[in-house]
Amino acid sequence: MTGEQLIILALLIPACGSVVIWATAWNANVREGVTLLSAAALLLVVLEILERFMGGGEVATRSFSVVPGLDLAFDVEPLGMLFACVASGLWIVNSIYSIGYMRGNREPRQTPFYICFAIAIASTIAIAFAANLFTLFLFYEILTLSTYPLVTHKGDDNAKAGGRTYLLILLGTSMLLLLPAIIATFVIAGTLDFVPGGILANNTSSTIIGVLLAMYVFGIGKAALMPLHWWLPAAMVAPTPVSALLHAVAVVKAGVFTVLKVIVYIFGVEALSSQGNASWLVWVAGFTVITASLVALRQDNLKRRLAYSTVSQLSYVVLAAAILTPISIVGAAMHIAAHAVSKITLFFAAGSIYTASHLTEISQLDGIGRRMPWTMAAFTVGALSMIGVPPTAGFLGKWFMLTGAMDTGQWLPVVIIVSSTLLNAAYFLPIVVQAFFKAPGDDVKKHVKGEAPFPIVLAVTATAIGTIALFLYPDVPLALSKMLAGN
Amino acid sequence: MDLLQAIVAHYNHWIIIFLMVSGLYIVVARGNMIKKLVGLGLFQTSVYLLYLSPGKILGGTPPIISAQFSVYSNPLPHVLILTAIVVGVATLALGLALVVRINEAFGTIEEDEIFAGEEDE
Amino acid sequence: MISANLPALQVVLPLLGAVVCAFLQRGVYAWGVALIVTATMPFVAAGLLIQVMDGGPISYALGGWAPPVGIEYRVDVVNAFLLLLVSLIGAIIMPYAKASVEKEIPADRQAWFYAIYLLCLCGLLGMAITGDAFNVFVFMEVSSLAAYALIAMGRDRRALLAAYQYLIMGTIGATFYVIGVGLLYSMTGTLNMADMASRLGGIESSRAVLAAMAFLTVGISLKLALFPLHVWLPNAYAYAPSIATVFLAATATKVAVYLLLRYFFTVLGTVFAQQSLPIAEIVMLLSLAAMFGASIVAVFQENVKRMLAYSSVAQIGYITLGIALVNQSGLTGGIVHLFNHALMKGALFMAIGAVFYQIGSVRLADLAGIGKRMPITMGAFALAGLSIIGVPGTVGFISKWYLVLGALEHGWWWLAFLIVASSLISVVYIGRLVEVIWFKPVSAAAKRAKEPPLSMLLPTLLLVAATLYFGFDTSATAGIAAMAADWLLVGAR
Repeated sequence: MTGEQLIILALLIPACGSVVIWATAWNANVREGVTLLSAAALLLVVLEILERFMGGGEVATRSFSVVPGLDLAFDVEPLGMLFACVASGLWIVNSIYSIGYMRGNREPRQTPFYICFAIAIASTIAIAFAANLFTLFLFYEILTLSTYPLVTHKGDDNAKAGGRTYLLILLGTSMLLLLPAIIATFVIAGTLDFVPGGILANNTSSTIIGVLLAMYVFGIGKAALMPLHWWLPAAMVAPTPVSALLHAVAVVKAGVFTVLKVIVYIFGVEALSSQGNASWLVWVAGFTVITASLVALRQDNLKRRLAYSTVSQLSYVVLAAAILTPISIVGAAMHIAAHAVSKITLFFAAGSIYTASHLTEISQLDGIGRRMPWTMAAFTVGALSMIGVPPTAGFLGKWFMLTGAMDTGQWLPVVIIVSSTLLNAAYFLPIVVQAFFKAPGDDVKKHVKGEAPFPIVLAVTATAIGTIALFLYPDVPLALSKMLAGN
Repeated sequence: MDLLQAIVAHYNHWIIIFLMVSGLYIVVARGNMIKKLVGLGLFQTSVYLLYLSPGKILGGTPPIISAQFSVYSNPLPHVLILTAIVVGVATLALGLALVVRINEAFGTIEEDEIFAGEEDE
Repeated sequence: MISANLPALQVVLPLLGAVVCAFLQRGVYAWGVALIVTATMPFVAAGLLIQVMDGGPISYALGGWAPPVGIEYRVDVVNAFLLLLVSLIGAIIMPYAKASVEKEIPADRQAWFYAIYLLCLCGLLGMAITGDAFNVFVFMEVSSLAAYALIAMGRDRRALLAAYQYLIMGTIGATFYVIGVGLLYSMTGTLNMADMASRLGGIESSRAVLAAMAFLTVGISLKLALFPLHVWLPNAYAYAPSIATVFLAATATKVAVYLLLRYFFTVLGTVFAQQSLPIAEIVMLLSLAAMFGASIVAVFQENVKRMLAYSSVAQIGYITLGIALVNQSGLTGGIVHLFNHALMKGALFMAIGAVFYQIGSVRLADLAGIGKRMPITMGAFALAGLSIIGVPGTVGFISKWYLVLGALEHGWWWLAFLIVASSLISVVYIGRLVEVIWFKPVSAAAKRAKEPPLSMLLPTLLLVAATLYFGFDTSATAGIAAMAADWLLVGAR
């Protein structure tokens, strides 16, 4: 098969999967079999693409012109490859988990759930392989729209309010800021292709570049940069598998991925750092990192605490990109992968607790570690990775970010990263301590009978192992990240 | 004096403008649907005059070719306005038909009464 | 023989069809006649478009009287495109019409309904095809009188009021148009549009010509429902029979927009270019007011057809904004939006017509949860709604792209920003609809709903598929629109 066919196959598998899921709605087992099958097939195709790409092959599709200048085209570049691997690898784990969760909680309307999920994955893969800003923007919007029904899944007023916030902020920022920024880029540069070194570099004044950069980073609402972050906590009304895969991996990572792509391929790292008008981005990202951590500290609802932790961790990526050195770009890319596996582990654990006991508040979790050892062990691994303790994946990203910042003598990012690490420890470690070293509280005694259903435990253990494995064997992601920065 | 002469010389225009404005005024100001249609008719009539009056040439004869005459009035406006009159009649007929139906459905043809009734629903 | 007489066929066929329908007693027979006539129309229009693209404008002397004395049918890229649009919409509606008309129109009036429908189609096509300014007025009245009658056939008694209101406003608009034409005639001595344009040289800034331009602009703006002359439109669309709403929303205002284009760029091109009157600026301001004002009003509507009608007023604002930009990209955006909006609004009104067919109501409260009962129809509705918002991958995005590009070519960043900002309001009203339709508990009225018959479903899906297809492959739509824009801009220079 040619590379073009492989990419198209990678897009079609989840897209067609959604149709087959719809057609097989009459039987839950068949329907979920289709989901797992599509996930497995997608992973195989993505791995095949990875193999060709690492072998130095060019993997790209022909472009299809929508309007003169607007092309629909896909190609594979290091960052997109990394993102596609992460998303497709975690989809399969998440599908196993979803089956346990949706059945365990007797959720209604499971078929639309799986359909929307598959469409969301298809758009995520399309975002990862997008060869230009227009293609990326197209699937960015489809991702927003396909995840909206997932956020409002429960259908109660709370879910609808959450859905409204979700839609308005994500669509609003993308239409008001991102789209004009894209059109302006087109008018200035005459193209929207992702070109190593940037397309805006020598075409316009530094003031306009500064304005455009702001329009991009705030227009990409999925990156959840403060003050445009509150859709993310609002989206936590969704079932946990959604929060886990979409609002810890696919959607939010699509956000920071886009930011990273825009900085590397539209503005150009060197061009930005030589002009020096991106220093404010360090402040904004740093502010988000610290503030979101402080807010997370005060949340008692487990999923909300995780959500604010995500807001904070996402801004690490933006922060790392804003340091604007090749090595920090490596850190940013690594952090996308590392945070994905660890945060999904944490959400899986939260969903596991909810399925087993319907407990949602952190204060209710005294001594739960003894009743749910697997879940809480995985949670601990995820938490350590968030803090950045070896041997977990989170360490890698932070290491490269710090190296990059110190190499260029930027001390502000160093201070931000170190202090937020302390804050991370402050809001995650107490949960671990409380779970394992406190005597079981009344809530735990009353509600927790034992571990969650098997698929859930399997998934949460798998991602926890993945978190450690990524630290031990970082070759492939590291190679991809370095290719990205090497440009 | 010149001004007065200019006004008098264009008396046809003044008639047209008067009819046009009074017709429009009736359409806007009256609530009775029949009266509105009357206003509309006035308004349209003014346009007929607008077309016809410049078509008449002083001293011109009807446009029938004859060796004795060389100055003719322009026949085209008459043809056009004949069409326009037909259109106007059709419009008036449809409008009146609608008013009849409205009267059957609402029991009145006063706009304010109808709208007041609608708000209660 | 036939290919040479296509311009006449375009108008005569529906006219004859209307006469035949009027003599038929049974609605089904009339429907059959209308189906055949409307089905041939797109082929005629496509034939004309191909001829024009190959060999340039066609001039057709009606009755053998050579222009400028006789009435000339003149087809160029601009109106060939429009003819195709109107014919296509007219044809797509027909299969849908049967079930809907049988439900909404009393049996003894169904044949009349189709006769009037064909008459309206004839008028619209005639307006688009003719090159004679006064002939435009005649066809305008043919289509308008037919439209008033169509609207008055609505089941709700308020349809009568809406029709009456439309009749008054429409007649004023048409009369304004005639006044404008009369002034131009008295200045140039001709009614042929092309001839008029050439004879206006040297007297562009005379007061009579400027007055004519003002009258024409206001008159046509009334017909195309440019804010704030749109007050007739929401009620007319809301209470008309479903078919009439779909047809008028997709075509009637579009033809009026075409007329505006024709006058601004061809007939009065030199006057327009001189800018003795700030018409482009005024139209731009009113367009912006429509885009924001009408959208905001749409948010608060409880009747879905009214909501969509206000949305139409806002969308017309985008089209006229493109005209007011007076550059290649802007004009392309305006013209392509003419086509795109016809597709998406047609699809939306068709989907709502299917709902009305099933539950007999279009009140928002009655539509609660209907997505669960009519998933395909409402899925189509949601997709067409996304196009209204202008999500990439739909036709709405293409229009917006060109409009923003047109604004940026002038260097008007604020305008580019306003264009995208206004689409955010449509997110609110479309979002509100989607939320009610899909995420509310099923209402008592919606409980008995099920998918409509295939004859209604397929045309709806066809239009929705078109809104998606032309969102990706724009070579036909935007390509022709760009040609039309070039063609028009030459006239204005």
